[in-house]
Amino acid sequence: MSWESFFQNLSNGISLGGLYALIAIGYSMVYGILRLINFAHGDIFMLGAYIAFYGMLIFSLPWWLSLIVSIILTAFIGILIDKGAYKPLRNAPRISALITAIGVSFFLENLGLVVFGGRPKGFYRPHIFDEIITIKGVRILSLTFYSLVITAIFLVLLFYIVYRTKTGLGMRAVSTDMETARLMGIDVDKIISITFAIGSGLAAVGGVLWAMKYPQINPLMGIFPGLKAFIAAVLGGIGSVGGALLGGFILGIAEIMLVAFMPQLSGYRDAFAFLILILILLVKPTGLLGVEVKEKA
Amino acid sequence: MRKEKLYLRYLLTLISIVILFLIIWWADGHLDNYYKRVLTVSGIYIILGVSLNLINGITGIFSLGHAGFMGLGAYTAALLTMSVAQKQMTFFIEPLISPLDKISIPFLPALLIGGVVAAFFGLLIGIPTLRLGGDYLAIATLGFGEIIVVVFNNTINITNGALGLKGLSPYTNLWWTYGWAVFTVFFITRLVNSSYGRALKAIRENEVAAQAMGVNIFYHKVLAFIVGAFFAGIGGGLLAHLLTTINPVAFNFFLTFNILIVIVIGGLGSITGSVIAGFFFPILLEWLRFIEAPMDVFGIHIPGIPGMRMVVFSLLLLIVMIFYQRGLMGRSEFSWDFIIKRFVKD
Repeated sequence: MSWESFFQNLSNGISLGGLYALIAIGYSMVYGILRLINFAHGDIFMLGAYIAFYGMLIFSLPWWLSLIVSIILTAFIGILIDKGAYKPLRNAPRISALITAIGVSFFLENLGLVVFGGRPKGFYRPHIFDEIITIKGVRILSLTFYSLVITAIFLVLLFYIVYRTKTGLGMRAVSTDMETARLMGIDVDKIISITFAIGSGLAAVGGVLWAMKYPQINPLMGIFPGLKAFIAAVLGGIGSVGGALLGGFILGIAEIMLVAFMPQLSGYRDAFAFLILILILLVKPTGLLGVEVKEKA
Repeated sequence: MRKEKLYLRYLLTLISIVILFLIIWWADGHLDNYYKRVLTVSGIYIILGVSLNLINGITGIFSLGHAGFMGLGAYTAALLTMSVAQKQMTFFIEPLISPLDKISIPFLPALLIGGVVAAFFGLLIGIPTLRLGGDYLAIATLGFGEIIVVVFNNTINITNGALGLKGLSPYTNLWWTYGWAVFTVFFITRLVNSSYGRALKAIRENEVAAQAMGVNIFYHKVLAFIVGAFFAGIGGGLLAHLLTTINPVAFNFFLTFNILIVIVIGGLGSITGSVIAGFFFPILLEWLRFIEAPMDVFGIHIPGIPGMRMVVFSLLLLIVMIFYQRGLMGRSEFSWDFIIKRFVKD
């Protein structure tokens, strides 16, 4: 394999990894606090893409404004899902919460099929993202570059919130020990809502960038990216924001490289991520950067 | 428990089975094909529901790979029953590998081998994954289900890839289905009421305590997993020979989700609940077709909305989980004693 094609694949891998990372962070934050796999996260990602799609199509907003609208609305939907479906089950057995999460996910998918229709829709790619940059023979779509920049901006924002603000301190406290945090005067419900809002907003960013990358959307588009982002979160160590980031990039690059180096295995691409998951769970269940967390009884 | 009461219970069970088969005999001769087909699907859902409930409801290990085991059973049984000529016609992209291309065996052994293959994969998957805790196990089994679909899609010289297998003989009828359903319920009830079953329930209630009482946790979990996988494989084989055509996508997560709805609505941990919910789920699914048809409400014409049924079902699942977690039966089971007590005074 020549250097050009190696870097070509690497750039594709990094851009895919960045999208996985954006989705994985939402999974990881919610799991860190509630010990709940938010199955609906992949469908929030789908909703983010659809909101931006309709924003650009019906209200003819510029792309950046529809991205912002999409972030705000999905953040709101995320809070709504938590209040409506997860909050009543906070003290129920974990299996009930898990089934409810799967139920929410299927509800959103089927509602999407009914409301948006099952036919894939072409997603408009703004002109500045449609150019091709050539650096020493490596051809990169300008979207690849910009999506990394956008991802980086939101990640800096996220790290600032989590590690430099009072809210972030509260989030970390609740994730370490919810009961003690409550006793210390932290409004746990508010923190959980904020967590859902941030996670969902990041998923919306991921959804819009994803939709521009593969310029089409459909109501079931969230399933596989959602599952893989969850795997990325587990790989990096679930509950850790940095881990989700790392896991996302590793998974994205590994997946692209697998196809690049072994094209005969390209059909197994979707299975590959699950294989990584099962291996990591067997060898190091806490993930690369994770700390041992006890499951709630 | 007095001895004559025990005999009475056996007698009542026997009588109800005879009555069930009389009803099937009547249904087989008098109902049209549409109703017979719906009833057959109901029987298959009873098998699937009860077997998943053994894993999820009674042992408390949250598996999401049931559709994968069904797929294994379905493909194995289908490849074994297809005639040699049909195989040559179906596999036109790549020929079927030897010796599968020369084998054609009757339905019952094919079903059984399908179940055994599913159970074997249950063992293979169970040994690494059952060491994991709750959520991780759910994701790992979900991953297994997805991997199976991907593998079916790619092993073209065994499964014919995305085109799937077609032209299977329509062996599955009411007799086969309800015969297997009765056997499944009988087998799993006996298992649950044995010392194994008590160990499984102990694991569900408190793993640490069960271990302290000397229950071999891992062995019992694997056991439940294998038994569940076996019956899922049987159910898959029955479904394949009812539909007469299968493809990989038919065994994706949506199928598992349907069975999950059945066991949640029936009540996690209640075999009776799974039987009732499993029986009525496909019937309800058919009956609800009217909401997808165009209709006039108060003079306003509403065009048909395809896909609305699954929205209703996912909403139903959510409502049951949030407001009425017990489901229909909770963990209670149907028993003759309850009925006998009503009529016979000691």
